[in-house]
Amino acid sequence: MAADQGVATRGPVSAFFATRPRTRLGLLLTPPLLWLVVAYLGSIVVLLITAFWSVNGFTGAVVPAFQVGNIVSVFTDPLYREVTLRTILVALSVTVIDAVIAFPMAFYMAKVASPRTRAFFLVAVTTPLWASYLVKAYAWRVLLEPNGPIDIVTGGHSPGYGLPATVITLAYLWLPYMIIPLYAGFDRVPTSLVEASADLGASTGRTVRSVILPLVFPAIAAGSIFTFSLSLGDYIAVTIVGGKTQLLANLIYGQLVTANNQPLAAALSVVPLIAIILYLLAMRRTGALESI
Amino acid sequence: MNRITKLSAIAMAAALLVTIAGCSGSGGGGSTSSQGNLPNIAAQKKLGAGEGKLNIIVWAGYAEDGSDDPTVDWVTPFEKQTGCQVNAKTAGTSDEMVQLMRTGQYDGVSASGDATLRLIYGGDVAPVNTSLVPNYATISDFLKLKAWNSAGGKMYGIPHGWGANVLMYNPAVVTTAPDSWSAVFDKNSPYAGKITAYDSPIYIADAALYLKATDPSLGIKDPYSLTEKQLDAAVALLKTQNANIGEYWSDYTKEVEAFESGSSVIGTTWQVIANLVQSDGKAKVETVVPKEGVTGWSDTWMIAAKAKHPNCMYQWMNWITSPKVNAQVAEWFGEAPAQTKSCSETSDPNFCDTYHATDAAYAADIHYWTTPQTTCVDGSGKTDCTAYSEWTTKWQQIKG
Repeated sequence: MAADQGVATRGPVSAFFATRPRTRLGLLLTPPLLWLVVAYLGSIVVLLITAFWSVNGFTGAVVPAFQVGNIVSVFTDPLYREVTLRTILVALSVTVIDAVIAFPMAFYMAKVASPRTRAFFLVAVTTPLWASYLVKAYAWRVLLEPNGPIDIVTGGHSPGYGLPATVITLAYLWLPYMIIPLYAGFDRVPTSLVEASADLGASTGRTVRSVILPLVFPAIAAGSIFTFSLSLGDYIAVTIVGGKTQLLANLIYGQLVTANNQPLAAALSVVPLIAIILYLLAMRRTGALESI
Repeated sequence: MNRITKLSAIAMAAALLVTIAGCSGSGGGGSTSSQGNLPNIAAQKKLGAGEGKLNIIVWAGYAEDGSDDPTVDWVTPFEKQTGCQVNAKTAGTSDEMVQLMRTGQYDGVSASGDATLRLIYGGDVAPVNTSLVPNYATISDFLKLKAWNSAGGKMYGIPHGWGANVLMYNPAVVTTAPDSWSAVFDKNSPYAGKITAYDSPIYIADAALYLKATDPSLGIKDPYSLTEKQLDAAVALLKTQNANIGEYWSDYTKEVEAFESGSSVIGTTWQVIANLVQSDGKAKVETVVPKEGVTGWSDTWMIAAKAKHPNCMYQWMNWITSPKVNAQVAEWFGEAPAQTKSCSETSDPNFCDTYHATDAAYAADIHYWTTPQTTCVDGSGKTDCTAYSEWTTKWQQIKG
């Protein structure tokens, strides 16, 4: 009966596609493929091509004359090496801090809290995502300012504006991106495994180390992809709370806007691209890509 | 079939890439000229009706519509009179202005001398037909047909005003009034960590100007014409300064906030920033012209070569240099008006004397921002100077 109805109401369009599954698939996949290849990969390729062009020293106009000077200087100039190192250290610190904070929180939310408290925590963790990035960064600027709240509470030991302030602010900004995948990871760990571990005489520490951590590690890795890549590309928080600190994205922005040197900016942006690709490859080995 | 779809998608992508590369290639190829090759762009012949819209790039305080201070508003009357809705984009540095002008979305810009030549020779701006701007006639003569606002004997804009980069300090912390830039350059400054500086390569000229006075052995004559050795000395000074810097600023609101919160107490500024801090009333600041002399700016309203609203831009150039409005802008920003007739329109009758507005000798004493080039810009004809592109690289190294 149901099948009869289906045949009866089938229009000419669906009748056309029903017999041509390949056309159907082709039409279905073309828009996303175009998007991926043209808009996404295409723009990266254009960027990479620009990296080999040069720039008129006076007017700053881009000249399509092939040269490798930009790429060479990106990998040999001590300034770029130092800033790259600093940026990667910031991204790693932010990732570690977020993981350390998120681990107990996500565990509590998934395993200990009652459903009602769990809902409360989920809302509390995700609510800051509704506020503007700039508002949150400026809030930290106010918190950290001389004679500001942190200064008063710590008795004048506020870190002030600088690299530590940048790490704190970024860790705050990206924390939800670590908690959410980690919460999902804990949610998938059967409680019976934890109980079994305890029944067999393992201490709490041993259970965490040998049972929970291996099971949620892919989730931590998944969260870290967000915190790492978001920190790597950030240049706004650092200009707000970083004092005179420069990160890689500030150099790229500086080359693009201040120096009007688009080719060098393009060459510089290859560095975070490589860093992210290496990080993703490392994470793939942990199985994190299946946990996102 | 699936593979064919994928292949055709890649082929399409490749075709598009070639098109994009081709477009930007020809765009870049049109402006490979170095100085000496003036792009052939004609000035507008006659004025038509306004287009109802105007997109301009301005320095902070150049296009006030009453939102900062309800009594400071010359945009709204302009809109009422001409029907041109003004969309003003504030830029923090000359480099940003050049970059924004290249997007092709703007009709004009209030360019300083370190942006004007880059815009002129880059083919981004058109010469101005000064007969279409009646107020041009009464603009100070010492601002007309200058190296920074003209080329090939043609004016590339309408002069707006000029002034100096001064030293601002918070008298509550800096109790002895400074009279020298050493207050910000001294390695042992008591204000270490609370010093601020302008975040642009052009700030190297401020260090060079200080060295010109304090280290005559370097032989610096013009802070924008530095040999390799002189540039290195200025860079070394700025690297020393970097240890004492709390924050750099290029966004004027950031400097306002930094002085109000106390995270900065001394550093280079524009008079308008000091005025904003004073009018907010959260902190007290003073400004001083240090004895070593000052760098400064001389701004020019320029019209984009491909302006979408050229008639509105011409009306704006005439409006902003009209006696009353030019006086208002000058008083708000803290600069000398270009319009000589403005001096009788200022609310402070001594304003023009304070800013030496009609004093050609004083104006000649300020070291105006200009784009450093390998052919020295001091007029000596030497070619051993360092270019701006080198300054920008050094600037990133200074910040480390």
